[in-house]
Amino acid sequence: MVEQVPLNHVLIVTTLMFFIGVYGFLTRKNLITMLISVEIMLNAVNLNFVFFDNYLFPGKLEGHFFSLFIIAIAAAEAAVAIAIFINLYRNIRSIDVEQVDKMKY
Amino acid sequence: MNILISHIAVPVLTTLALMFASTQKQVRTIAAGGMTIQLIQSLVLLYLFLQERAGGNDAAVLFTQSFAWYPSLGISFDIGVDGIAVAMILLTSIVIFTGIFASWEVDKLYKEFFVSLIVLATGVYGFFVSLDLFVLFLFFELAVIPMYLLIGIWGSGPKEYAAMKLTLMLMGGSALLVVGILGVYYTSDIEGARTFNILVLGQHHIPIEMQRIFFPMLFIGFGVIGALFPFHTWSPDGHSSAPTAVSMLHAGVLMKLGGYGCLKIAIFLLPEAAQEMSWIFIVLTGISVIYGALATVVQTDLKYINAYSSVSHCGLVLFAILMLNKTAYTGAVLQMISHGLMTALFFALIGMLYSRTKTRIITEMGGLMKVLPFLSVCYVIGGLASLGLPGLSGFVAEMTIFVGAFEHKDLFHRVTTIIAVSSIVVTAVYILRVVGLLLMGPVRNESYHNFPKAKWFEKIATVSLIAGILVIGLTPLWLSDMIRESLGIIVDKLVLK
Amino acid sequence: MEFHYTIWIVILPFLAFLINGLGSGKLPGKISGWVATIAIGISTFLSYQTAFQYFTTSSREKIIAFKTVWLRFNDTLQIDMGILLDPISVMMLVVITTVSLMVFIYSQGYMKNEGGYDRYFAFLSLFSFSMLGLVVATNLFQMYMFWELVGVSSYLLIGFYYDKPSAVAASKKAFIVTRFADLGFLIGILMVSFYTGTFDFEILTNPEGLNFSTVASFMGLSTITWALLLIFIGGAGKSAMFPLHIWLPDAMEGPTPVSALIHAATMVVAGVFLVARLFPLYSVFAPTALEVVAFIGAFTTLFAAIIACTQYDIKRVLAFSTMSQIGYMMLALGVSGYGGEEGLGYTASLFHLFTHAFFKALLFLGAGAIIHAVHSNDIREMGGLRKHQPITHILFLIACLAIAGIPPFSGFFSKDEIIAATFVNHPIYFGIAVLVAGLTAFYMFRLYFIVFWGKEKTYDHTPHEAPTIMLLPMIVLAIGSVLAGFIPFGHYISSDGQSLTLHINWSVAITSVVIAVIGIATAWKFYKTESDLSAKVVKAFGTMYTSASNKFYIDEIYMLITKGIIFRWVAQPLAWFDRNVIDAFMNLLAAITNWISSQIKEFQSGQVQKYAFIFISGVLIIVLSFIYANQ
Repeated sequence: MVEQVPLNHVLIVTTLMFFIGVYGFLTRKNLITMLISVEIMLNAVNLNFVFFDNYLFPGKLEGHFFSLFIIAIAAAEAAVAIAIFINLYRNIRSIDVEQVDKMKY
Repeated sequence: MNILISHIAVPVLTTLALMFASTQKQVRTIAAGGMTIQLIQSLVLLYLFLQERAGGNDAAVLFTQSFAWYPSLGISFDIGVDGIAVAMILLTSIVIFTGIFASWEVDKLYKEFFVSLIVLATGVYGFFVSLDLFVLFLFFELAVIPMYLLIGIWGSGPKEYAAMKLTLMLMGGSALLVVGILGVYYTSDIEGARTFNILVLGQHHIPIEMQRIFFPMLFIGFGVIGALFPFHTWSPDGHSSAPTAVSMLHAGVLMKLGGYGCLKIAIFLLPEAAQEMSWIFIVLTGISVIYGALATVVQTDLKYINAYSSVSHCGLVLFAILMLNKTAYTGAVLQMISHGLMTALFFALIGMLYSRTKTRIITEMGGLMKVLPFLSVCYVIGGLASLGLPGLSGFVAEMTIFVGAFEHKDLFHRVTTIIAVSSIVVTAVYILRVVGLLLMGPVRNESYHNFPKAKWFEKIATVSLIAGILVIGLTPLWLSDMIRESLGIIVDKLVLK
Repeated sequence: MEFHYTIWIVILPFLAFLINGLGSGKLPGKISGWVATIAIGISTFLSYQTAFQYFTTSSREKIIAFKTVWLRFNDTLQIDMGILLDPISVMMLVVITTVSLMVFIYSQGYMKNEGGYDRYFAFLSLFSFSMLGLVVATNLFQMYMFWELVGVSSYLLIGFYYDKPSAVAASKKAFIVTRFADLGFLIGILMVSFYTGTFDFEILTNPEGLNFSTVASFMGLSTITWALLLIFIGGAGKSAMFPLHIWLPDAMEGPTPVSALIHAATMVVAGVFLVARLFPLYSVFAPTALEVVAFIGAFTTLFAAIIACTQYDIKRVLAFSTMSQIGYMMLALGVSGYGGEEGLGYTASLFHLFTHAFFKALLFLGAGAIIHAVHSNDIREMGGLRKHQPITHILFLIACLAIAGIPPFSGFFSKDEIIAATFVNHPIYFGIAVLVAGLTAFYMFRLYFIVFWGKEKTYDHTPHEAPTIMLLPMIVLAIGSVLAGFIPFGHYISSDGQSLTLHINWSVAITSVVIAVIGIATAWKFYKTESDLSAKVVKAFGTMYTSASNKFYIDEIYMLITKGIIFRWVAQPLAWFDRNVIDAFMNLLAAITNWISSQIKEFQSGQVQKYAFIFISGVLIIVLSFIYANQ
């Protein structure tokens, strides 16, 4: 019987991952890096799902399935996002987020 | 079919039919036809109502019908009319009928124009037949919103500004109304199933502390559209920018929604607070009456003149309502009808004169009596009605109000009444000033001789309004009795304290 | 006793009004004149019939010939439309229809070449209808209604020449001044009806049935006195009593037959009629109000007579003379008591009203004939007309003698009774009455001598005698002016319905006649031939003459108050206030909303990262606050 990783350790890791993602999302100006930050956040959440599933309902797999769904959707989302970025680049010759401010007052 | 439902159905069907019309001729034929049917069925309604009453049916409201709409909240589509509503419906029909003819020559987006106009009228009809506060409020909003489009698109002068101002101020009033209506809904001591039905609410008691909060809300909410001082300033701007038919309908009918609501909702449902607080509003309306009249004296734009005089006349309506007795109430309703007819006449005539002279500034015109005798005589008749000449409707209404107001003995009521009465002199001053400057005197400009004479549709519009003024002015008894007997339930609640 | 037919007296002129009004401009030729004249002719006939039937068969009580509810105010107060016959209303019917008929006939000649012939007769019929309705009113409110209608028809007729600015101004002035007075009337009616619970004359004129002991008092006078004073203001406005007289001289802008009918014989005496109608109320419950009536009457009669001596417009002289004569009537009412010999003033007042209608209408119609011939109103442009207009001359002279109070013309009898009524208890009023009798004789004969004698002026074309259709009514009125005085008036009309025998008080009569003769003699001396006497006298009076010829600057004072103060310092600031304070406040609210939203719109920067930062901060704050709140 392998001793389980303590929950605290897992939470520290996922929280760090999540906030690294948040920090990246808020500070990076390149849309691609922002997308990567979002992915980091998603993965932090995925990890949480997997671990909490293991802790709360051992033997059930809902959390795992949920993570798989998120991964699949994240893939689709990345495709859409990059498509948007490409179109954006075609229009304004830049993927700097600060230049994308058409939707203001 | 219930005649009240057909009162809402005919305008709705007319608007639907208008959707399929294409040429201007088709559009106005359909509009005129629909509104003629409407006028006829309003006359039938009046006849049926009087028949019922003569037959001894003394229920508070007649022709009732009820459709459940949202039963869990107690909202239902309850309809029914008393004598006041019948009179107001007839007024609406006359004004919208003449309004169609007065806007016979609208050529910009004519289809949309007539549709908006008739939608507006639908709202008014719905307001008068509803017995359910929620539905009533819905129709009230339905009447106010098209106004924005009508002024903003077909208006003149600073029309966007005027449309915005009018709508926003009326919306401000509506906001108060919503709160007031919900307040009444929640605080009346009904056990179990709550209701918005006015008659049911009227049988229940609302705690006086709550009445004190909600009465001003309802009264001011309705007062805004009734041009209560100091919330009247939308009226001059709105009326002067609005196209002819809209001014007619707005001043003639929409402003009456205010008085009607104050009387049949604010005072009927919240009588104790009305008695306590009437003095504040008496002061405000007293100011309206004399202030509006004095401000009219120096105006030079015909539409401003009429708008300010409407402030004065509608102030008299609210003033009478606050006198809290049967005679004054009767006078208030009579004044609403009388003012509706004559102000519609004025706005129609102003539109007709404007289409010829291309100005509304009275100091730039003169001697129109020589070149446009028919319209000028109509204007004089309207003016005489406005200053309260016996034999025309204004006299009947004003005198009933004054006699009612004089039933109070105390000094406060006496003084305010005498101040209000003195407005008849100021009214005479501004009416005669306009008549003198506009119609009399030498012909101002040689080109005036080329003006086209009054056209047939202009004659229909003016003559039907004058006929209304004359009928009320010469034989007021049936109307005033019909109104009086409908006031019983409102007055009884006051006596109970 | 059936009087149902009396309703037609009132309705016929109304029908004529409808026909002429609706058919205006479409009726062929001069038919409208005949429609109106025939209608009023039948009314006249019916009025005589009524008078005959009433005075021969009844015992002077009030008869309701017709009555219907017109409007109900509440359980006690209602307006009836009806016909009340009593001595004064029957007398007024006769006066109004007679003078109307004469004026209608005369107008057919006078207005022949004027535009708006149909309109003229429509308005004139409307006036007759309203005036007849006024005098037969069964209640105060009906009277008020017709009172207003009379005012409006007067307005329409003064402004008949509506393209003439002075006529428009005059009509406006007349309407507004009387309207202002009517405000008093209306409030008075409301007060009286509040205390008595009725508008009905039958109840109001029966002093035994009324009790005002519980009525509150205000400023030392009982409220009922105030009410009656307010009603008198209404009467004073219509009857052009000082200080509400300013409209009457200007009202002469209307066609001359209109002045004869409305502004001399009928409408302007409505005020006298009103006080007479409510006389029991005044006399029994408000003697103070009656004193005011007497004072105003006396003041006006003197005031107007003085001004009349200085005017040069023929119609204005007559207008001021009308004011003066009505002042006489008011004075007589004011000094009268109720019942028996005490009521002499009442009878005298109405007697004078009756005779005055004839000779004043005649004077105006005569003036109309002169103006028609000379095309001017200014007596300085007239002279020696007796050669050109011999019949008019004779008729005018008769009227002048009548108004001057020379026996045996009608004015002598009625005026003598008025002076006699003041003689008993009121020495000051007696002095004024006698003085005014002299002044009246003077200014009327001043007019007469200047116009008909004097030096012949150069005219554009030779003045011609008036056509028969104009002369005929004048002759009828002249006969009335001569004979009306012999009617035993007190037998028919008295304050309490009992027959009152009028007898001439010789000491009074001789005094007044002597004074009148002195007046005439002075006028003869001054004006019969060109002389500089009058100019010398004018010089001697100096400023007093100037102010009298400027009507004591009352008009200017009014203009100052209305235009200068109310218009400029009340109405205009109010309009400004509305636009720049109240409306500005509403706009300010909108502006504030606008400002706030422009301040916070910066949040909507379009920067995704900013939004995300705010969003995350918000989430953190909420989460943290939950955590700490749960501890």
